[in-house]
Amino acid sequence: MSGPSDFQPSNPALKWIERRLPIFGLIHSSFVAYPTPRNLNYWWTFGAILSMMLGLQILTGVILAMHYTPHADLAFKSVELIVRDVNYGWLLRNMHACGASMFFFAVYIHMFRGLYYGSYKEPREVLWILGVIIYLLMMATGFMGYVLPWGQMSFWGATVITNLFSAVPYFGESIVTLLWGGYSVGNPTLNRFFSLHYLLPFVIAGVVVLHIWALHVAGQNNPAGVEPKTEKDTVPFTPYATIKDAFGVSCFLIFFAWFIFYMPNYLGDADNYIPANPGVTPAHIVPEWYYLPFYAILRSIPNKLAGVVAMFSAIIILCFLPWLDSARTRSSKYRPLAKQFFWIFVVVCILLGYLGSQPPEGIYVIAGRILTVCYFAYFLIVLPLLARIETPRPVPNSIADDVLAKSKGRAATAASVMLAMVVAGSLLVGGTQNAKAEEGGDNPPAQSWSFSGPFGKYDRGSLQRGLKVYKEVCSACHSLNYVAFRNLADPGGPGYSEAQAAAFASEYKIKDGPNDQGEMFERPGRTADYFPAPFPNEQAAAAANGGKAPPDLSLMAKARSYKRGFPQFVFDFFTQYQEQGPDYVDAILQGFEDKPPAGVTVPDGTYYNKYFPGHAIKMPKPLSDGQVTFDDGSPATVKQYAHDVTTFLMWAAEPHMEARKRIGMQVFFFLVVFAILMYFTKRKVWADAH
Amino acid sequence: MTTASSADHPTRRDFLFVATGAAAAVGAAATVWPLVAQMNPDAATIAAGAPIQVDLAPIAEGQDIKVFWRGKPIYISHRTKKQIQEAQSVALSSLPDPQPDSARVKAGHDQWLVVIGICTHLGCIPIAHEGNYDGFFCPCHGSQYDSSGRIRQGPAPANLAVPPYAFLSDTKIQIG
Repeated sequence: MSGPSDFQPSNPALKWIERRLPIFGLIHSSFVAYPTPRNLNYWWTFGAILSMMLGLQILTGVILAMHYTPHADLAFKSVELIVRDVNYGWLLRNMHACGASMFFFAVYIHMFRGLYYGSYKEPREVLWILGVIIYLLMMATGFMGYVLPWGQMSFWGATVITNLFSAVPYFGESIVTLLWGGYSVGNPTLNRFFSLHYLLPFVIAGVVVLHIWALHVAGQNNPAGVEPKTEKDTVPFTPYATIKDAFGVSCFLIFFAWFIFYMPNYLGDADNYIPANPGVTPAHIVPEWYYLPFYAILRSIPNKLAGVVAMFSAIIILCFLPWLDSARTRSSKYRPLAKQFFWIFVVVCILLGYLGSQPPEGIYVIAGRILTVCYFAYFLIVLPLLARIETPRPVPNSIADDVLAKSKGRAATAASVMLAMVVAGSLLVGGTQNAKAEEGGDNPPAQSWSFSGPFGKYDRGSLQRGLKVYKEVCSACHSLNYVAFRNLADPGGPGYSEAQAAAFASEYKIKDGPNDQGEMFERPGRTADYFPAPFPNEQAAAAANGGKAPPDLSLMAKARSYKRGFPQFVFDFFTQYQEQGPDYVDAILQGFEDKPPAGVTVPDGTYYNKYFPGHAIKMPKPLSDGQVTFDDGSPATVKQYAHDVTTFLMWAAEPHMEARKRIGMQVFFFLVVFAILMYFTKRKVWADAH
Repeated sequence: MTTASSADHPTRRDFLFVATGAAAAVGAAATVWPLVAQMNPDAATIAAGAPIQVDLAPIAEGQDIKVFWRGKPIYISHRTKKQIQEAQSVALSSLPDPQPDSARVKAGHDQWLVVIGICTHLGCIPIAHEGNYDGFFCPCHGSQYDSSGRIRQGPAPANLAVPPYAFLSDTKIQIG
């Protein structure tokens, strides 16, 4: 990509091709001989990390599309089937869903690095602007991807984001109708979002090619911000940069794997495990964490159109950065004031992200407005002003000088900065959790679960007892649509044999047909059948239960959560605490009180529950002591029932959890060993360069 | 990578590179595994391929029915005396894929032929009661099968496959 190469392959067959298509020369000049500044630090490995993430997202995305059904009635179910039935489907889905977050995490570091070291300055303006375009495309892709599982957050996220365009004067409504393909968000919307979500990553890949092309024309910036002058200032891309990037990638993979295998739902929203319901908006609409700063800016402006304009301007302003900051010195290392303002700006962005996850009320609104002003002031006032008043420190004469000057004590700083970024990042991402506040419900007490933590396993006895409780009590009103009888014999489940599962199934009457006469008939259940629902349809379920259909329980343990609060959610990241759902379900089952506390009344047809948001729950107290008898002598108490049925429901919600944690441990072991090997290999290779 | 400084500890250095390369190869192979394995049938598809039972009582002599098992059409023919006679009397040496009729039906149930109705040429579905051999005729490329489902003429290389099945009673079979 940096002009013609004098590289000639020695193999005659390759020579033959090279004469007709000089592709080996192109690869050699771009990725082997390409001179790269020798003083690049690890922040520069994020380019390689991002390339890897884009490739991985495309790969897992293409695979998921093989199993996904883009239809409003089937999308949610097809995603569940991917996770439950497809071989390694849970792994691929976690990789793709967490991968989106990791992609944004890496791109934010990449962007802040560019900001700090002035990588947008002459002659790299086009390179920078192409990056902003990639970022915009990523946001569009990420948003449309989030719509595809067609859960509550998908649906309402789609509604809210498409409605941004209704702020456009005169044409707003028409644009929104055009985006929807209907009078509201519906099947046509889902279909086109799927199509575009499949298309855009390839567009991104195309712009990435331009981005790299521009990079290879201008050459890489570097921490010193001075251009390479002699050969002493650079090293060839391969092996030096390649091996360093590979080490960076392997470290990043460890971080990524933490989410895939241990915290797959940490970055998601429990509400998205509830199928899309056009009639009910979740209490708190929160976008994915990577949009939160912009969401906060949107909400800070009291005027609809102005808010939308401000939000988009916050991104578009990046395109003008090369001209807003006209300082000669590139790297903030040599700009004492710019360096301080940069870190203030980072904090502003993180705080905006935190505010975006909070309910828009009281102090949050005021803080949001102040920080929005700070955000824009950084670009429009601080940077132009600094360029005029700041006296930069002298920059080194050459990159070689820079390398000699700082060969001491660099690793320690890099490590501490990396740690700070990880903590800051987890603060930001954890902020999402805070928004899921429950008005008027006490926080459930944290329970101890056999399945928590990195080595957690389901307690077989508890699963079997829980199944009994579900069958004898819950199943009178609640369906369990995504669980099949065969699952009872799956590894990592209640531990029944195939024959036991078949016998269990045969106790059920399953409606089948039509037969040769065109009539429906009933037959004994088979292992391939799913637990039959207690009511033929939602209307019947609602009619029989005081007007509100009892929810399906398949995903209940993942579809409920509660506010963990700061700083608890930060610790949760390290302790792998993922059991808000089970805590909540357990608490609800035990939270019924015959008499509401003094001064509290609940409407007719509802019951007082200590832990239910708003306290008035439609479900009457389902469990009482002695209701279910256990064969294994476990106590017949509500506490025991609640614990067992919750364990069972957690398994129903995530039947492959044991496989996830087991494979996770293997992957972790491998990645840590690999990263250590990479580190020493990198050191050996670089030993030659010094 | 080969410069003067590597001469000091060549073996240690080479070992490190080989170990790292080997670890990378193992990691890549382990990553590819789930990416390929996901294309195999999922658990629901496998569960749906469980054995099925078919009641033979309504099928009169000379009639046949088509049922589906694992997405494949299964022909169940109630053969006439003439068809059985023809199937048993053919000289095996004249067949492209020699197989006696007794190997293609269950002993004591000579009248029932159960075959997978997929032409062994390229997967079309042959039509029953057509062709020159009182059996099946494939409209795609003209393969002809006899009353035992054996290939007699045309491009197909092999006889129609017999699915795994067993008689539960004289009038009921289980396929699979």
